[in-house]
Amino acid sequence: MRPVAIAAAGKTPFGAFPDRNLRSLAVEAGEKCLKNGHVSPSQVEAFYLGNFAGPSFVGQNHLAPYVSTALGIRDVPATRFEAACASGGSAFFHAFLAVASGVYDCVLVAGVEKMTSQPTARVTEILAGAGDCSGEIKAGSTFPSLFAMIARRHMYQFGTTREHLAAVAVKNHANGALNPDAHMRKVITMEQALAARPVAEPLHLYDCSLISDGAAAVLLMPADRARDFTSKPVRILGVAQASDFVALDQKQDITTFPAVRRAAQKAYEMAGVGPQDIQFAELHDCFTIAEIVALEDLGFVERGAGGPYEASGATARTGEKPINASGGLKSKGHPVGATGVAQLCDLVAQIRCEAGDMQLKRNSLGLAQNLGGSGASCVVSILGNV
Amino acid sequence: MIGTIYTETVVYLAPDAFANDVPYQVAIVTLPDGTRITGRVIGERAAIDDRVEQVELRDGVPYFQRVK
Repeated sequence: MRPVAIAAAGKTPFGAFPDRNLRSLAVEAGEKCLKNGHVSPSQVEAFYLGNFAGPSFVGQNHLAPYVSTALGIRDVPATRFEAACASGGSAFFHAFLAVASGVYDCVLVAGVEKMTSQPTARVTEILAGAGDCSGEIKAGSTFPSLFAMIARRHMYQFGTTREHLAAVAVKNHANGALNPDAHMRKVITMEQALAARPVAEPLHLYDCSLISDGAAAVLLMPADRARDFTSKPVRILGVAQASDFVALDQKQDITTFPAVRRAAQKAYEMAGVGPQDIQFAELHDCFTIAEIVALEDLGFVERGAGGPYEASGATARTGEKPINASGGLKSKGHPVGATGVAQLCDLVAQIRCEAGDMQLKRNSLGLAQNLGGSGASCVVSILGNV
Repeated sequence: MIGTIYTETVVYLAPDAFANDVPYQVAIVTLPDGTRITGRVIGERAAIDDRVEQVELRDGVPYFQRVK
């Protein structure tokens, strides 16, 4: 397998855009990315699209060629990847394999979701499709309620508190206030987070990420070729995908995600680094508890220590291990299929010193963790300076 | 059949199909053979480690109640 780099990146702001349809968002991200890499559509050899539920949200199937042709990318393989909220990461992982193995020299990866044209109750129903519809969902579980049950058990086993969860929300909203592309740029206080209305106990309004529209794209090339197109190629040092049961009730211990641990282990092995080497990370805070558990599963802290670590300030942008300097899903928004690719765009911006007000000083080795559903899929990516 | 609550939550925001039940409790229950099942809890609210018995099966969904 040969070294692969991200040669270019581009994304749309995330938010509620009533006048924008799915294809126009994906095209905006794709065009920005191609322009960033000085690459013309005719040079793209394959197109990989991450999208969770376009058919349900907007009634359109066959999305990859629907988007690629609108970008002027013709004739080449164009395929949609779905792994719930890890759809974007999964598209990236498979694109990486195709470039690393020598099949293609230039591949465009995009992720997109258009969610806000459906009412909240219908969005809740569609998101529940990432769970086990024959069991837990039929029993009345909503997507937030699955993570609420994870939180409840984590609190029982480790003493995690609502204040620990709120600390994640407060931090990510503070970071998001510095992100011009974030869906929500409002700072919140601990008091506001604790007092907000319940969604599924113990998760309240600010423990849950937003329903958003948006798209993101990255361009992959063999590392030596990338240097012909950009002065700032970003090396993909490690990337891995793993899976686990969809249904929470089939898992032995719901306070940890085996798919995260496995994807992390393989990505660390490929990159030849360990968790202590990672300088900053973009983690999948679909719900505040998910960031806490991710810290543990990625090996940044011991099992059960995630809550206190967040409360200590260690994960703040000024802390020893900045997590979600972009604002995370909480504040950026979570257009499901776009998220995994957008995380990569955020890492690229940091490594290239193009993160503006969000810029971190220690920016040479970053990690992105993209989680699907309540842990049935996970993609972990490690990016660094060449 | 008696089981033990492994974890639970109370749902406040639900899709249309369950809107009339809000707020309602959902739980993962550990059964005597060690397997787990997701169901609803009716009556008194149950906490982790509480013993519950299945009082109903509606359309394949088990409904549990706390055992005193």
